[in-house]
Amino acid sequence: MVNKKPANVPQPPSTQSTELLRELVAHLREHRTQLREEWASSITEAQLLTAMTKDEIFAEATSVYDNYVEALATGTFEALQTYSRNLSERIIPRGVETHEVVGIVLLLRDVLARSLFAKYHGDFTKLNRILDAYEPAANRIANTVAVGFVQERERVIRQQQEAIRELSTPVLQVRERLLILPIIGVIDPQRARQLTEQLLRGIRTNRAKVVVIDITGVAAMDATVANHLVQTVEASRLLGATVIVTGLSPEIAQTIVNIRVDLGKMNTVGDLQGGIEQAERLLGYKVIPIAETTAAA
Amino acid sequence: MEVPILKQGRYLIATIQAASSDEDLLQLRRALLDRVIQFRSRAVIVDVTALDVMDSFATRTLRDITYMIRLRGADTVIVGIQPEVAFAMVQLGLNLEGVATALDLEEGLAHLEQRARSSS
Repeated sequence: MVNKKPANVPQPPSTQSTELLRELVAHLREHRTQLREEWASSITEAQLLTAMTKDEIFAEATSVYDNYVEALATGTFEALQTYSRNLSERIIPRGVETHEVVGIVLLLRDVLARSLFAKYHGDFTKLNRILDAYEPAANRIANTVAVGFVQERERVIRQQQEAIRELSTPVLQVRERLLILPIIGVIDPQRARQLTEQLLRGIRTNRAKVVVIDITGVAAMDATVANHLVQTVEASRLLGATVIVTGLSPEIAQTIVNIRVDLGKMNTVGDLQGGIEQAERLLGYKVIPIAETTAAA
Repeated sequence: MEVPILKQGRYLIATIQAASSDEDLLQLRRALLDRVIQFRSRAVIVDVTALDVMDSFATRTLRDITYMIRLRGADTVIVGIQPEVAFAMVQLGLNLEGVATALDLEEGLAHLEQRARSSS
């Protein structure tokens, strides 16, 4: 990012630069309509915020502009911070990317700087002093908005990760004393641990004798993951439950043989159906079509 | 504290206490080997529900007990391993290979009944 470090962070600006800023703010307020339109059109030209309609861009541009000027006028950034957080909350679900947000804020900075050039090009010393006052504040604003966006995004990602993790380890009872544990997606050590803990708790609360672990949805398996699986099977056995692993794909079967993980202690069956059938046999169930039972009776 | 051994029909039931020391476990091993013959027991159930940690010594002793009892002509079931204990054991690489395990005393008895039925 091209942002300079935000200068003069806590201390209030000197009286002179306050005056300059006041003049600057007056200028920006005066030319609000024109500058805003200029900015909105340069956003469209740069093909930023493509997920939003023109009207939406203009509406957002207006409020960003006003907040921007407000921050320049007051020198406080709390309102802007809150606003940028709200804005991020609204636009992140629509797929707006970080570079777009940074891009539009930098565009605004450029548009405003250019209008300052146009206004003061006759008086070079004054222009210099105005820019001295404007640039640090503008950089800090750009920083605030970008950081606000990134933080909000990270929060959303964290939230989603948690949700996925919770959803991803269901332990389901299909018959009395028979649990199934479908595993989908990537297994990392943390998830493997959670899986095992949840399964062991499930075994105890449901008093399960047989557990079918279905790994049809696991794309790849390496030595670490295979060992986690072996550990899960071992731990379940210590609680007196037999584990049947189903849905090993040909690739996974090859990997397991190649990395020489000892799966000898593991019951494996081709698919989930076969696994459940074997589990039923172990538990002494027999599934008979209704027609046959009525014929026998 | 000595581990108490209860006789229940043709089964022996030993409940290990939370405070059992290594010495107590060795004593349990000797006592079980004697009683199995003395009472002509068919099987031994070792209940470890009270243990919240199972170290390598305890694991090895339980495995040894199982193998020794088998040589004396009886079965052994370890019952009541807690989920956390089981998880810790596999993480430490401790396993009870060749040892029958069950959820609790009831399950252990059911397991032994079933085994007796299938072998007779």
